[in-house]
Amino acid sequence: MKPIAPRLLPALALAGLGIAALTGCAQADLVRVKPWQRARLADYTMRPDRDPLQIANSEHVYFSRESATGGRGVGGSGCGCN
Amino acid sequence: MSPNPRFLLAAACALLAATARAEVKPGDSFPSLTSAALRGSLPATAGQVVLVDFWASWCGPCKSSFPAYARLEADYGRRGLVIVAVSVDEDPAAYAAFVKRLHPPFATVRDESQRLVNQVSVPTMPTCYLLGRDGRVRFVHVGFHGEDTERELRRQIDTLLSENHPSP
Repeated sequence: MKPIAPRLLPALALAGLGIAALTGCAQADLVRVKPWQRARLADYTMRPDRDPLQIANSEHVYFSRESATGGRGVGGSGCGCN
Repeated sequence: MSPNPRFLLAAACALLAATARAEVKPGDSFPSLTSAALRGSLPATAGQVVLVDFWASWCGPCKSSFPAYARLEADYGRRGLVIVAVSVDEDPAAYAAFVKRLHPPFATVRDESQRLVNQVSVPTMPTCYLLGRDGRVRFVHVGFHGEDTERELRRQIDTLLSENHPSP
């Protein structure tokens, strides 16, 4: 592999900075939830599986519509025949 | 006109410094516990081997770490280990309920303003710091992994306790 020409280094560095800025890496006001600020995220009400009845209902609607019993991780095939 | 390479290097360093988190690492001096405005009574830690654990009532691994710390307290407390469990709970009732339920035999305090945890910038919950007798961080444990963590902590505590007291 050819070494990068020294005259190209500034341009490469500038391009790197531009990419970092455009992808949001350099935004100071970006909200970052720190590990010790996750009390509300860890709350029981944030769990998607907190209500078994609601899950059963969603699954029923899903397999009725898609004919895909078990298609979301339950044992059985996705043929809708069981 | 091509940009000055030195300027670009300085800008890149500034960018990295802005995005990097200043986590407390082994070798660093640990922030003062007494001036961190912690709620609760702190034990005397001067010249002792100190285990500072950051926990929360909503953190599952924190709950499983407490029995392990209780065993460490029973085995090493008399030999000079001091355990300080710092809660980052914002809800005082959740903190109190957790402490009442687990009834730990070591000191528990609450970082009400989250000033200390911000200073230390823990990478995950829980994280514990083992400080040598000179108050410097010697080992950092990120997370709690059951027996593996406890075994490693015992080995490191044995090492720290066997070291001499720092000269005044």
